[in-house]
Amino acid sequence: MAKKILIADDEQNIVISLEFLMKREGYEVSIANDGDEAARRIRAEKPDLVLLDVMMPKKSGFEVCQEVKSDPELQSVRILMLTAKGRDTEVAKGLALGADAYMTKPFSTKELVERVRSLLAER
Amino acid sequence: MLTGTVVVAASFAYLMLLFAVAWYGDRRAEQGRSIIANPWTYAMSLAVYCTAWTYFGSVGRAASGGVWFLPIYLGPTLAMSLSWIVMLKMIRISRTYRITSIADFIASRYGKSHLLGGLVTIIAVVGMVPYIALQLKAISSGYSVLTGSDDSGVFPFATASWFNDGTLYVALTLAVFTVLFGARHLDAAERHEGMVAAIAFESVVKLLAFLVVGGFVTWSVYEGFGDIFARAFANPDLAALLSLQTASTAGYGGWFAMTLLALLSVIFLPRQFQVTVVENVNEQHLRRATWLFPAYLLLINIFVLPIALGGLLYFGRGTVDPDTFVLSLPLAHGEKALALLAFIGGLSAATGMVIVETIAVSTMVCNDLVMPLLLSTKRFKRNVHPDLTGLLLGIRRGAIVVVLLLGYLYFRLAGEAYALVSIGLISFAAVAQFAPAMLGGMYWRGGTRDGAFAGLLAGFVVWAYTLMLPSVAKSGWLDRDFLDQGLFGLDYLRPEQLFGLAGLDSISHALFWSLTANIACYVLVSLARVPTGQEATQATLFVDVFSRGQDAPATFWRGRAQVQDLQPLVARFLGAERARRMFEAYARERGVRSIEELKPDAGLVQFAETQLAGAIGSASARVMVSSVVQEEPLGLDEVMDILDEASQVRAYSHELEEKSQALEAATAELRAANERLTELDRLKDDFMSSVTHELRTPLTSIRAFSEMLLDDPKIDLKDRTRFLTIIVSETERLTRLVNQVLDMAKIESGHAEWHNTDIDMRELVGHAAETTDQLFRDRGAVLEIDLPDAAPHLRADRDRLLQVLLNLLSNAAKFVPDGAGVARVRLSAETGQLRVDVTDNGPGIAPEQLGVIFEKFRQGGDERSRPQGTGLGLPISRQIVEHFGGRLWVQSRPGEGATFSFVLPLPLESERGAGHAMT
Repeated sequence: MAKKILIADDEQNIVISLEFLMKREGYEVSIANDGDEAARRIRAEKPDLVLLDVMMPKKSGFEVCQEVKSDPELQSVRILMLTAKGRDTEVAKGLALGADAYMTKPFSTKELVERVRSLLAER
Repeated sequence: MLTGTVVVAASFAYLMLLFAVAWYGDRRAEQGRSIIANPWTYAMSLAVYCTAWTYFGSVGRAASGGVWFLPIYLGPTLAMSLSWIVMLKMIRISRTYRITSIADFIASRYGKSHLLGGLVTIIAVVGMVPYIALQLKAISSGYSVLTGSDDSGVFPFATASWFNDGTLYVALTLAVFTVLFGARHLDAAERHEGMVAAIAFESVVKLLAFLVVGGFVTWSVYEGFGDIFARAFANPDLAALLSLQTASTAGYGGWFAMTLLALLSVIFLPRQFQVTVVENVNEQHLRRATWLFPAYLLLINIFVLPIALGGLLYFGRGTVDPDTFVLSLPLAHGEKALALLAFIGGLSAATGMVIVETIAVSTMVCNDLVMPLLLSTKRFKRNVHPDLTGLLLGIRRGAIVVVLLLGYLYFRLAGEAYALVSIGLISFAAVAQFAPAMLGGMYWRGGTRDGAFAGLLAGFVVWAYTLMLPSVAKSGWLDRDFLDQGLFGLDYLRPEQLFGLAGLDSISHALFWSLTANIACYVLVSLARVPTGQEATQATLFVDVFSRGQDAPATFWRGRAQVQDLQPLVARFLGAERARRMFEAYARERGVRSIEELKPDAGLVQFAETQLAGAIGSASARVMVSSVVQEEPLGLDEVMDILDEASQVRAYSHELEEKSQALEAATAELRAANERLTELDRLKDDFMSSVTHELRTPLTSIRAFSEMLLDDPKIDLKDRTRFLTIIVSETERLTRLVNQVLDMAKIESGHAEWHNTDIDMRELVGHAAETTDQLFRDRGAVLEIDLPDAAPHLRADRDRLLQVLLNLLSNAAKFVPDGAGVARVRLSAETGQLRVDVTDNGPGIAPEQLGVIFEKFRQGGDERSRPQGTGLGLPISRQIVEHFGGRLWVQSRPGEGATFSFVLPLPLESERGAGHAMT
């Protein structure tokens, strides 16, 4: 069965590129355009992996990540955080909140695919 | 003529009054309500400078030399205005170290030397004797003028044999009064409040008497100043007196020497030292005296020339001694009472001088001459007197009598040969010898005892040879030959033309040679040897008296002392009861309950020595104290070490204090700066972070799509086109962003260029509408344009304003609903300004968003449908509008669209004119 991936980002063009990339890799893709929607969809769809943007309206990626990681029912959800703010503190913060991996924008598509693959392979 | 009885009775009555004043002054002092503790009394007491010499002699000098009498008063005026700081230092030093005479001062400064104190005392006695003789002469000749006791001339000199005895009685009477004023009891501080009160009173009396006589001569005998001077000018003999050239053969050199002499005298005369320094109760009083005393001198000199000229006009030259004009003029006009008043004034001047001078000199004789001799005899040391206060008083009283009798002797020997002024100047020249040792002692650490001794001795010897001996010789008591041919017949040793120096009057000549010898010996001998420990100690204490402050002086002492030894020692000289009170007070000061608990340390020894110094002089005090305590002498190196250490510690602590203060200030500054920087940093960080984010976001899409296109050349055409379109639009977004960030940075940093021209806003709005027309049509929206028929021109940067309009219009185009959009741009002229409104029928802006949309990177609107933008358009627009003095704001309610408005001020008429002229 194809793995489910949720793409949560408010930038339409990025969403389009990620969607195309993930679908090409054979994953099942759903999309959220802000933090609220992302949290809602994670609960409803329980995806295997979330590509989570940090700077989102309504709820930041950090908040969403924290919510997911503190919810026992969502333990199986992997989180790969994406941020355009490349500072070390951001990375540290994301990892401290329980994100499974962290990548800064702009990312290499190859690397992203690799990371996604290895995160999903871990289980 | 007045009868002798009347004059004597009046004189005694006056002296009794004087004594009453002194007694009252002393009583008030005991009650702690001093009458002399005010600057006026102090300044008046300084006027003891004006003696009978001033009173009678100035007129005499003016009669023979015209304005030549003036330097004697210019000197003190200069001294008070220029060297009051020197006087202040003398006062501070004397107060701090209980110095009671000029001899004590010099002895103490150069290592508490008996030898120096003795020499200074001898110079003072020898120098003052002629001066005292002068006072006696003034009184006796005044008396003879008043009573006319000799019938041989109109107003002859008193030479009758019984009258010479009369002068002796005058001297003895003055001695009794002086003892009453100054040596009734012993005071550790050597202060005499009653005497000062009496002296101040006398200064007032002599001033008033002289002014009354002057007024009488000027306005009663003649018809005012103009009259006297007019008559004098009419007389060729007198006219010469009024010109500076003929007034003195000595010329400017003579004037300078005389002024210098008087300047030094007013500082270093023993009686001036007594009233200025020893009797000073408050250093502040000196300030007032610096102008009061010169004012006094001016007043007492106003009538000198009128009286002199008046007397010469009236009596003619050579008939009456001009020294007696003050008395003879009133007498000749039958004003007996006035003459008596004038005599009392002169008596005032004479007694004031004699009392203070002899007290000052007797203190020196006692403390610096007799006591050291007594203390050095073995018998005295072995014989432990229970109380020496009686002996001390006896010595002082004896000294007073002896000094006055010496004065009488000089009067008998030389008095007749000289006019009053010349005698006085001999004394002045003697006193000037103290100047190098005194001034050098206060300002030069290098001066040594040997140097001071050599200088004083050399100056004194030269003074005696060039001035004192000739004065005696001219009186016929010595062979005059050495005057004309020089000592041993050596021409260059002629006393009044030493080494061939001619062309100066005898006083200037003597002053020149004596001071030259004095200074040369002082400096050269001082330089020949390094100061000893004791000398260095005292030099430091004196020179640095201001920086050391009033508290206990640094102690340069090592040894063992016991209260049981020190207290009886002080008691021997000051009385047991007083010594006990002093030690008790000291104990309280030190914070211990009783005398027995006092720590026998250097401070205690210092205290005992200072108390003793007041009574018997610093040098004797040193000897006495060292006889009862065991002490180890300190070498120069050790003193220097202590000094160094003390000054280093002081310097360190001072430095530390300064540094810690500076540090505190710096810390505060740094903290503030840091806060500012942190704030700036935070703002910059926010900005940078936002920019980074805005840059990375389009880059992310561009990179992702490019890589995908690169990876997979077989992507179908539809996707390929879509991806490339996105890449192009993201590139455009990136370009826009970079431009706007740069734009923003330029405007904010003030580096933006503004090309101002005359702008017709109607045209500009129309142009902007045209430009954005396509945007609206793409969204299926309508743009309505509402322009007035005419609008005043503005002065601004056309491109920048267009940028604002395009930003607002494209925003409107973005937010209007698809297909049903209506936007409207309106230009209107208001008073002094133009207004532009851009209204849309979009979703509107939530109230909490209204302020935020003008901040950088804060785009409004619903995120999902948010059109592409950099988030810098509105902030830049606002900056531009504000640059031109306008305002940009928004009004909106959610669901009801939004209206962005801005106003721009119109130029004032005058500016517009100028603007037109420029374009």
